[in-house]
Amino acid sequence: MSGAQAKPDIALRVEDLKVHFGGKKRFFSGYANTVHAVDGVSFEVPAGKTFGIVGESGSGKSTTALAILRLAPITSGKVVLGDTVISDLEKEELRSERSRFQIVFQDPYSSLDPRKRAGAIVREPLELMKIGTLKERDEKVAALFVQVGLRPEQQALFPHQFSGGQRQRLGLARALSTRPELIVCDEPVSALDVAIQAQILNLMADLQKQLGLTYLFISHDLGVVQHICDIVAVMYLGQIVEQADRVSLFTNPRHPYTKALLEAVPSVHQNKRNRRERIRLVGDPPSPINLPKGCRFASRCPVAEARCHQEAPPLLEKENGHQVACFLA
Amino acid sequence: MTAGPLLSVTDLVVDFKTRAGNARVLDHISLDVKEGEILGIVGESGCGKSMTALSIMGLVPNPPGKITSGSIKLGDQELVDMDIEALRKIRGKEIGMIFQEPMTSLNPVFTVGEQIAESVRLHENVGAKAAHARAVEMLKAVEIPEPEARAHAYPHQLSGGMRQRVMIAMALSCRPRVLIADEPTTALDTTVQAQIFDLLQNLQDETGTAIVLITHDMGAIAELADTVAVMYAGKIVEKGKVDRVLSHPDHPYTKGLIACVPHLSANPAAISERLMEIPGVVPALTDLGTGCAFAPRCSEVITKCRTDSPRLFETQPEHKAACWVAQKEMT
Amino acid sequence: MSDTMQPAQPEPEIQSTSPLREMVSMFMRNYAAVAGLVLLIAIVLFVFVGPLIHRTDPFEMVWAPFTFPGQEGFLLGTDYLGRDILAAMMVGGQVSMAIGLAAALVSVIIGVTVGAFAGYYGGVIEELLMRFTEFFQVLPTLLFSMVIVALFGASLLTVTLAIGVVSWTAVARVTRSEFLRIRELEYVAAARSGSARDLYLIFKVILPNALPPIVVQANLMVGSAILFEAALSFLGLSDPNVMSWGQVIGSNRPYILDAGFAVAIPGFAIFLTVLAISLVGDGLNDALNPKLRQR
Repeated sequence: MSGAQAKPDIALRVEDLKVHFGGKKRFFSGYANTVHAVDGVSFEVPAGKTFGIVGESGSGKSTTALAILRLAPITSGKVVLGDTVISDLEKEELRSERSRFQIVFQDPYSSLDPRKRAGAIVREPLELMKIGTLKERDEKVAALFVQVGLRPEQQALFPHQFSGGQRQRLGLARALSTRPELIVCDEPVSALDVAIQAQILNLMADLQKQLGLTYLFISHDLGVVQHICDIVAVMYLGQIVEQADRVSLFTNPRHPYTKALLEAVPSVHQNKRNRRERIRLVGDPPSPINLPKGCRFASRCPVAEARCHQEAPPLLEKENGHQVACFLA
Repeated sequence: MTAGPLLSVTDLVVDFKTRAGNARVLDHISLDVKEGEILGIVGESGCGKSMTALSIMGLVPNPPGKITSGSIKLGDQELVDMDIEALRKIRGKEIGMIFQEPMTSLNPVFTVGEQIAESVRLHENVGAKAAHARAVEMLKAVEIPEPEARAHAYPHQLSGGMRQRVMIAMALSCRPRVLIADEPTTALDTTVQAQIFDLLQNLQDETGTAIVLITHDMGAIAELADTVAVMYAGKIVEKGKVDRVLSHPDHPYTKGLIACVPHLSANPAAISERLMEIPGVVPALTDLGTGCAFAPRCSEVITKCRTDSPRLFETQPEHKAACWVAQKEMT
Repeated sequence: MSDTMQPAQPEPEIQSTSPLREMVSMFMRNYAAVAGLVLLIAIVLFVFVGPLIHRTDPFEMVWAPFTFPGQEGFLLGTDYLGRDILAAMMVGGQVSMAIGLAAALVSVIIGVTVGAFAGYYGGVIEELLMRFTEFFQVLPTLLFSMVIVALFGASLLTVTLAIGVVSWTAVARVTRSEFLRIRELEYVAAARSGSARDLYLIFKVILPNALPPIVVQANLMVGSAILFEAALSFLGLSDPNVMSWGQVIGSNRPYILDAGFAVAIPGFAIFLTVLAISLVGDGLNDALNPKLRQR
């Protein structure tokens, strides 16, 4: 499929994306050894859908998101939005394309400039990209406030005068301001209280329906991912180990890591007694600096065989769209 | 179980003086924990769950905070108004505590072995060698591989999960009767969280330590706790046996907390597109009116809720809720 | 239980308090800082309004030398040339303060520019700029400024520049460390994602948030610049035709045993001014520190 024109219904295509951090000091300062944060990730996000990337810390899910947004340096690979190869764009070209992809961050406190008023924060991308006349911008910002469930009068307030949930609404309004083709949501609800999470998730779903948005949704919370995503990719140590549509992944997980992850999620449907009967992973993920030779999950895998420690299993399609990287699946 | 409660909190009131006025952060909290039992305290941030833990530890920041009234009893010892020296002996020795962020709770310039040994020597009259041996033994008990070697590691050399195990080892090193765990797994990955839960459960089975588990995660309560107290705006709004409270919540806030979280479902095809919401936000503790603090967000609210604050009453044996609607349905 | 469709309920009305107003109220609750501010205002009035009332030329011989303060109608006495010290304190204060402010401004401009670019770009640019900063930092500051003044002559301009050039390194280091911290925050990435250019990020996004410690540093710089000027004057390295507090001390220095007051009075004025500035700086530091403000 490489090289071919993107199908019209594909909003984002990522091909063999690699992000390695070396000893050089830049956006992420000083590492002595090369960190294979993202190591050969490929996927496609259909327009109007929500594509979820789930994984634990160190899986590379957030770095994948930042690399797609060109906020982290891409080592190799291709990122294609619509039919523009974003990964090749240089400074000024990239700047002019930025209106097409936006981000919603995890932390509603550090993601809003404390010295700017709420209206100015939402308006900033419009100003920077010179979209519309001054009056159009005024109207647009007021409309965005209403759209995300805030009142236009609240434009005059400063971020610290909003609650966490409201701040996340502001973050969404800012991301929506340029009418982007893709919104990358990096753990957008994990810093919020549970009752507020539901409000934001519902808002995101409503906006998607109204505006036909495409989301790339990064999360560690399987419950949230199961709720909001149409397609889900599970990442482990910089690679996708399993990818399928929501129903297929959650009813029929094939990779041992996915299975273990699902088992580990505490749920109100379980209780003290049945908790003990479940399989548990031992240990922590190995570090992304010294990667093992074979399957990256082999050291923690309950079913690993000799072969798993020798060769890395490729990500293969098992049945309509359900891809797994495991010899035993 | 016939044994009396090991830790008993009765009508505890804690006030904070703030610029905006007096904030009642804990309003007549009553809790009992028996030996070998896990009590879960659940609620959103600012509901007072962490303050409950700090009160039990005698660590309410003063000023601006102050225990206004009420009692905290460990066995038959009253902890409120106990003098600082006596309290210091109990803290760590009889009541241990683990925190959310194990990195900031460990001292980066000492090895983990030294830190555990130090906490042992603080409370028990043992030599350096014996204390070190205890530290290694504790590291082994919390299932850290190669405990002898790891005792010489510094906190930054360990992973998040390992550090939380070290914290647990340190908290349990003097064999406390009560362990308070304040969001012990919130900073950890899902698979590591499951390991820590197993560990806590196993340790409790062996030692019979009573555990107070403070969390925002109803799933964690379901999996680990025997009894649960749901807190909202400084009050306990519902408490009872976990199985019962989760399957038949009586307070609308508890119902909301359970329903608004997207829990993993066995049948993902049937998931509805919208989650149930609890609208609005937690009220400021400085301007709570006379009515039920949850009334402005409640979907079942009746007139009485806006004027009178409901007290906890028994809806079932060992199951209490503070809600006028639930009370009305009973009678 | 019904599925509530409404978005977040309107919250109780909060008045729009800007961070600035909050800062002012925080400052006002710090009594020492307010005292410092009052003292500073008093000194400024004395220095700038005083000469309008007390019209005596500080260079003119008006009475016998070394008249003790309070005698013969001279509130602060006369110096070794029989000049009125009160007038010298007023006019000289203007110069001392002007030099203090101007020198602080020079050091802030240099320091912020160097620190901002070093902190924002990192890498080679940071290495070079910080080595450059360290070079200035290890120079013995008094000696270096003496060299500058000796080379370019003792005028107000050279003295001001000399003080500014030797004292900007602290501002640069503070600015750089703030930039290093703030550039990693998500709102910077958000602005970048909103297609902001580097200069916009540096001056419109990061710098406003980095200002608090810089403001505090700049404020303290004013005090130390006044001291610096006094030190240069004391050593005779200032423009003899311009009256300043340091100049008064310097010119009366040989007679310190006969007429200590002529040296002590300007010394005390400098002490009071620097104290007032430090108190205000402390108050600013607390008021601008968001961690303290949250309490």
